[in-house]
Amino acid sequence: MTNDVLVFAEIRSNQFKKINRELVSAATKLGGKTGGSVDIALLGHGIDGAVAEAMSLPVRKVFVVESPILEKYSTEGYAGGLEAAVRQADPGIVLFGATNMGKDLSARLAARLGAALMTDCVDIDFENGVLKGKRPVFSGKVYANVVSTKDGIKMASIRPNIYPPAPKGPGGAARVDVALSLTADRIHGVVKDIEGAAAGRKDVTEADIIVAGGRSLKSEENFKILEELADVLGASVGASRAAVDAGYAPHSRQIGQTGKVVNPKLYIACGVSGAIQHLVGMRTSKVIVAINKDPNASIFQTADYGIVGDIFEIVPLLTQEFKKLSSA
Amino acid sequence: MKIVVLVKNVPDTEAKIKPTPDRTKIDTQGIKWVMNTFDEYAVEAALQLKEKFKDNSTVTVISLGPDRVLETLRTALAMGADEAVHVWDSAFEGADMLTNAKILSKVVASVGFDLIFGGKQGIDYDAAQTCAAVAEHLGIPQVQIVTKFELSDDRTTIVARRRVEGGDEVVEVKLPAVVTCEKGLNEPRYASLPGIMKAKKKEIKKVGLADLGGLTAQDVGAAGSATMVVGYETLPERPACRMIGGDPAQQVADLVRALHDEAKVI
Repeated sequence: MTNDVLVFAEIRSNQFKKINRELVSAATKLGGKTGGSVDIALLGHGIDGAVAEAMSLPVRKVFVVESPILEKYSTEGYAGGLEAAVRQADPGIVLFGATNMGKDLSARLAARLGAALMTDCVDIDFENGVLKGKRPVFSGKVYANVVSTKDGIKMASIRPNIYPPAPKGPGGAARVDVALSLTADRIHGVVKDIEGAAAGRKDVTEADIIVAGGRSLKSEENFKILEELADVLGASVGASRAAVDAGYAPHSRQIGQTGKVVNPKLYIACGVSGAIQHLVGMRTSKVIVAINKDPNASIFQTADYGIVGDIFEIVPLLTQEFKKLSSA
Repeated sequence: MKIVVLVKNVPDTEAKIKPTPDRTKIDTQGIKWVMNTFDEYAVEAALQLKEKFKDNSTVTVISLGPDRVLETLRTALAMGADEAVHVWDSAFEGADMLTNAKILSKVVASVGFDLIFGGKQGIDYDAAQTCAAVAEHLGIPQVQIVTKFELSDDRTTIVARRRVEGGDEVVEVKLPAVVTCEKGLNEPRYASLPGIMKAKKKEIKKVGLADLGGLTAQDVGAAGSATMVVGYETLPERPACRMIGGDPAQQVADLVRALHDEAKVI
């Protein structure tokens, strides 16, 4: 085992995800402590564009596992592919994004390799041979400080939007092709289809700005005013559990304990009362704006800027005001 | 068909979670422990299949943890599960998820399985590791964060819809497999009164370290784990909210100016 840090880089819909550059930043920090180099592992089929993008980052090597059976994500295929890359690169630490793909894959591979694994870290460090992760637990009500306790390979997944994306490097990264012995008959679960990705709006977990609505929106139809604001801001639309349970928004947009945890740079909560189970899903957002009719709504205790007012009046005005700003 | 459900017992969503004064543990005083939200969907999914089959299919629920998990196992039995297995031994204390997954995979293998359900993650440690690791140890596929699925008539294949960033994946997976459940999959039932009465009489099988062929005290608990939690921190307080007054047009103009000039996020 080396001191090197290997980043599993994610490709979705042929896109080299932004989280990959964030992981290179985290890996660079760790590499500075371990005294090792930063490498990337890239899996897929027909991914020359992504390989070129990976090679432009400040890393030493890009391990490429290229095979038709990796064209679409499968846990078994990707676990086999990444296992091959890990065996060849022999890293001390492997980093993943705390995305659905990263979490699915890291748990599977860590179990296979007997690795230490810390999921969804918001801070990662290395000291005296020990990997240290800080991770929100109990849906973000507290942080747990986790350490590795054994020698051997260590893995962590890192929450998106925590580390700054790595800038382009000098461009001298080397491509290393990794042979894959895994065959298609060993893969028992395959992705047949991907739906909804074309909808054009970013997932709330990937968004820089989120406009979220609560039950006071009163109907699915009324969420349109949030959509209009989101369009101007290039934002994603989120919802509280109350709004989702009332059928105003799909569960894929739910933010909170039984939904998604987000940390965008700007979170605009519209008619969200601020139940604890919602707050834990968004309180790490950099700037929080709350708009609510009730001056005593608990959302104001978590917000940076508050407006007491009618969302049906304020939100359309806000859309107009941002429009003015963007055309100025 | 032999259906297994892995369930966990967690603090309920309304629970106030804070560290003990020395910050090494969570203060569990006054916490109400309930079945993990996502595991409720798992139990419901298993029961719906059994009811559809109307044959000798069985649903076995398994939970690893101290005696407080018994209540969660009873809840699952009251909902309609056939058998329950309580997995605990003082040697299991202090384990991480991957270590518990080693134990659970041994238990699942001894129970027998065609299909295994679990929640997409525990709402306590939010690690989303256990079910994937169980699948790995059993050498079977997994499909996670499932919001909808259909089992083929010959019961060999599941077509599942799983949630990923920005969309849904449709995954076809051959059984046996591990399926982890997401909100939206179904509406978990409440236990009926006769169900609760019946569940009280059912025996819950106990499994300890001695029953896990091959595993020793060194393989389980804190000794067998490659990670441990060394402390907890409360979240930093956010600065006080700046309330923006005036008429709506003024409020909005002031807010946009603040976001642009002061917070610089726009």
